[in-house]
Amino acid sequence: MNLTLKIWRQKNANDKGGMVDYPVTDISPDMSFLEMLDVLNEQLVYKGEEPVAFDHDCREGICGMCSLYINGEAHGPDRGITTCQLHMRMFKDGDTIVIEPFRATAFPVIKDLVVDRSSFDRIQHAGGFISVNTSGNTIDANAIPVNKHDADEAFEAATCIGCGACVASCKNSSAMLFVGAKVSQFALLPQGQVEATDRVLNMVKQMDEEGFGNCTNTGACEVECPKGISLENIARMNREYLAASLKG
Amino acid sequence: MSGILNSTIGRKFAMALSALFLMIFLLQHFAINILSVFSEEAFNETSHFMGTFWAVQYLLQPVLIFGVIFHFVMGFVLEIKNNRARKISYVKNNGAANSTWMSRNMIWSGLAILAFIVLHFIDFWAPEINIKYFKGDMSGLLDPDNVDSGFRYYEELVHKFENPIRVGAYVIAFVFLSLHLLHGFSSAFQSIGANNKYTKGLKGFAKVYAIGLPAGFIFIALFHHFNQ
Repeated sequence: MNLTLKIWRQKNANDKGGMVDYPVTDISPDMSFLEMLDVLNEQLVYKGEEPVAFDHDCREGICGMCSLYINGEAHGPDRGITTCQLHMRMFKDGDTIVIEPFRATAFPVIKDLVVDRSSFDRIQHAGGFISVNTSGNTIDANAIPVNKHDADEAFEAATCIGCGACVASCKNSSAMLFVGAKVSQFALLPQGQVEATDRVLNMVKQMDEEGFGNCTNTGACEVECPKGISLENIARMNREYLAASLKG
Repeated sequence: MSGILNSTIGRKFAMALSALFLMIFLLQHFAINILSVFSEEAFNETSHFMGTFWAVQYLLQPVLIFGVIFHFVMGFVLEIKNNRARKISYVKNNGAANSTWMSRNMIWSGLAILAFIVLHFIDFWAPEINIKYFKGDMSGLLDPDNVDSGFRYYEELVHKFENPIRVGAYVIAFVFLSLHLLHGFSSAFQSIGANNKYTKGLKGFAKVYAIGLPAGFIFIALFHHFNQ
């Protein structure tokens, strides 16, 4: 396959940046999207040019590190995948592919296609955890009865890998699906009840302070989420938040 | 509880509550308007009751005006924050791949409805307030000095729909209302935290409401226009 790539290049966080065209040739349809970018970077290094900076780590859809807004969609034109799981067979020979970083005020660009998603970490620090007493009388988690339905829903919420595709896809750059998943995974389990009120209040407060937008329920996040996190998690967080606001 | 309206979720909750209130009001407004198609007398009697009963005039009317203003002001506040949340736009964005046009353009359908409400207030509400509270005529009669002249409400309604430009604007406004409701109805329930086994059925009902109710208003306008 021969392709034309239109890639966002930005030297650093303060650079204005802009789109640059790169032709790539002899791309195998069986390559992953990131392997295709590796080929481009090898060509750029060979020519003495600066390679394109992009995030990646596990390359098997678990770490949530690879981002990229490809042809107008987070993680490209496939469903239930991260960019490392996107294959070149999804494109046609001769295509022009537009590659941009995730865009959100709370995800500032560091360089080229790499964005700083530490705002998610700060939201997690604000309450995305449970405190377990290890004084010697700790109850084994498996000894606490949990309703099967709740356990399944908590597990599904916990599969969120924090990649930020929800924010990137949302027209409002809202982080509600991410925060909704992180609140839900604890709200559904007995271990999460002790800190439930503070958790949702603090995580939403931090989310707002980071500058994410308001959810307008377009559902784009749910469609583009590589892990299929459902909008039900946002509704659950809304309920948790309103109940917590009345209490505290 | 303090500061709940400063949070994104609190604001969305308030937005949803005002939307649910306005959707109930729309249903009530339609129920009275449709009477004009079936019975001049029933429409006149109901309009006179709504226009003169103290609880409607001094309790419900101010609440309604507050609800309308709150919904629009909060809509603008949320839109401004949302625009700030992405200062640099995508070069290429395929919004249609993951969301409906209606959900992405609530601000534009809302602005079209706001423009209609402003016109509706100038066209209907302001003259009504003028007759009742400035001229002091609470009789509702065509000729306040003649008790046999009959109520003026039906005559005024029919007269309004003589003008094809007004009818055209009315039809366009209700198409935008339909687009707004097609997303807004079920979205309001999601915002108040109601997403459960009933959501699928609710979305079906939302479509019936969002298409049926504006279509009903359009029918009334066209009925009177062509029935002159």
